[in-house]
Amino acid sequence: MSNQTTPDSLTARRILPWALPVLLIAGWQLAAEVGWLSSRVLPEPTNVLKSGWELLRSGELLHHVLVSTRRAFTGLAIGGGLGLLLGLATGTFRRAETLLDTTLQMIRNVPPLALIPLVILWFGIDETAKIFIVALGVFFPMYLNTYHGIRSVDPALIEMARSYGVNGWRLYRDVIFPGALASILVGLRFALGFMWVLLIVSETISATEGIGYMTMNAREFLRTDIVLVGILLYALLGKLADVIARGLERFWLRWNPNYASA
Amino acid sequence: MQINPEENSAVTSSAFGIALSIRGVHKRYGDREVLKGINLDIRPGEFVAIVGRSGCGKSTLLRLVAGLESGQEGQLLYDGADSDSRHDTRIMFQDSRLLPWKRVGDNVALGLPPHEYINAEYVLGQVGLRERRLEWPARLSGGQRQRVALARALVHKPRLLLLDEPLGALDALTRIEMHALIESLWRESGFTALLVTHDVSEAIVLADRVVLIDEGRITLDERIDLPRPRNRGHAAFAALEEKVLRRVLQLPQDDAAPANDQPGDVSLHRTVDQVRWAV
Repeated sequence: MSNQTTPDSLTARRILPWALPVLLIAGWQLAAEVGWLSSRVLPEPTNVLKSGWELLRSGELLHHVLVSTRRAFTGLAIGGGLGLLLGLATGTFRRAETLLDTTLQMIRNVPPLALIPLVILWFGIDETAKIFIVALGVFFPMYLNTYHGIRSVDPALIEMARSYGVNGWRLYRDVIFPGALASILVGLRFALGFMWVLLIVSETISATEGIGYMTMNAREFLRTDIVLVGILLYALLGKLADVIARGLERFWLRWNPNYASA
Repeated sequence: MQINPEENSAVTSSAFGIALSIRGVHKRYGDREVLKGINLDIRPGEFVAIVGRSGCGKSTLLRLVAGLESGQEGQLLYDGADSDSRHDTRIMFQDSRLLPWKRVGDNVALGLPPHEYINAEYVLGQVGLRERRLEWPARLSGGQRQRVALARALVHKPRLLLLDEPLGALDALTRIEMHALIESLWRESGFTALLVTHDVSEAIVLADRVVLIDEGRITLDERIDLPRPRNRGHAAFAALEEKVLRRVLQLPQDDAAPANDQPGDVSLHRTVDQVRWAV
């Protein structure tokens, strides 16, 4: 925030967030080595790392990660894109709102995971089912935040732009969409969070590849270390998605003093 | 009335401004009649200030002229026509209404066709902010933002500039600077200017005519013949300010009738002096 940050406090700010995780892992390693933890309950971190490394070297890990990531982002693109479009429509056009909003608010209250039996009946257990669940889940945070963002664009700015001869598409591009962008990006962050949760659940139900499959498979063989690798992967990918979302915020909202500073 | 050569430049370019005629304009919001038959003729290039208490309908009148409100009775004529020339009108609001996600230069260029973007930089130079064109509006002070808003209005070469209390939120010193800037740009460009303000002294500094609206009616139309640039300390200035302010506050005129020469007048005198700084 302030320019007078000393080098000391800068390193402290970088290092401090990692202090707790490092401490936890060190404690875990110690507990496992001393024998307080059975390796079936929680294998030591070095073991987890070792299995992770082996999976990585065999190419298996990368394959599962790629499959999962593709599913996640396909679902995000479909559901998030649809949510964005419908949110823009209902936010902009009164008629679209009266037509769609009640229906969407009803569907919103159905948890996507409650639809799993139905989805399996519809699509079987192949890719479509997983992508459908993810898409459904990310649709609503995108839709709601886009709608809200459009609705909360300052009417004074729209009035000004109209009186300056800015209309139609240009009004949308220069005033309405940028005004709603902060809210849309909040929706995107929520959507990215939901995306992994839904993917995990749908992959553990039935799959022949992907991180969820890898962990469920490992469970059958009592390979707790590989299960942990899978869990850590989800954590990493979730964090990565969040970093991307924050990067987008910092770039697109750099005009806003609340986002500009790191 | 124009004597010095600089005044003459305003005359030669005054054909550029719009002649605005407001004929019998009424405006209602529900049961409340905000404007009750306004008649006002403004010559091309004239600078007219509308003063009045808050809620007197002065902003409504300006918004009607700008086309931001409709549903009035009566006629608004721009160069004698209904609304053909309205697109030569630009309005400046009390809040700058800059788009926070566009850089200063892009804000000024809002609504310009691409081949005229270069003008944005020129006009930004006229308001003294050329070197800030790549800045975000959030990094400007209130006065700078209003100068950008002024540039944004002027880049379209409006023939009628509407000013809706544009300096109301600024501090006194910045306001004085803005008066000089607005006056010089007006004399340079020759547009017709209609300023709504609650600041009587601001109205007298800037305007050729000060019009007072009270409860939806014009109750005073005072020509200001002081030479420009006007000096607030001048006795004639003070007398005019006193006169208009008394009408705004609906106090009896001390120079009007001897009937007003009552003991109570002294306390009223003091009231005006006290209020002047607040208004």
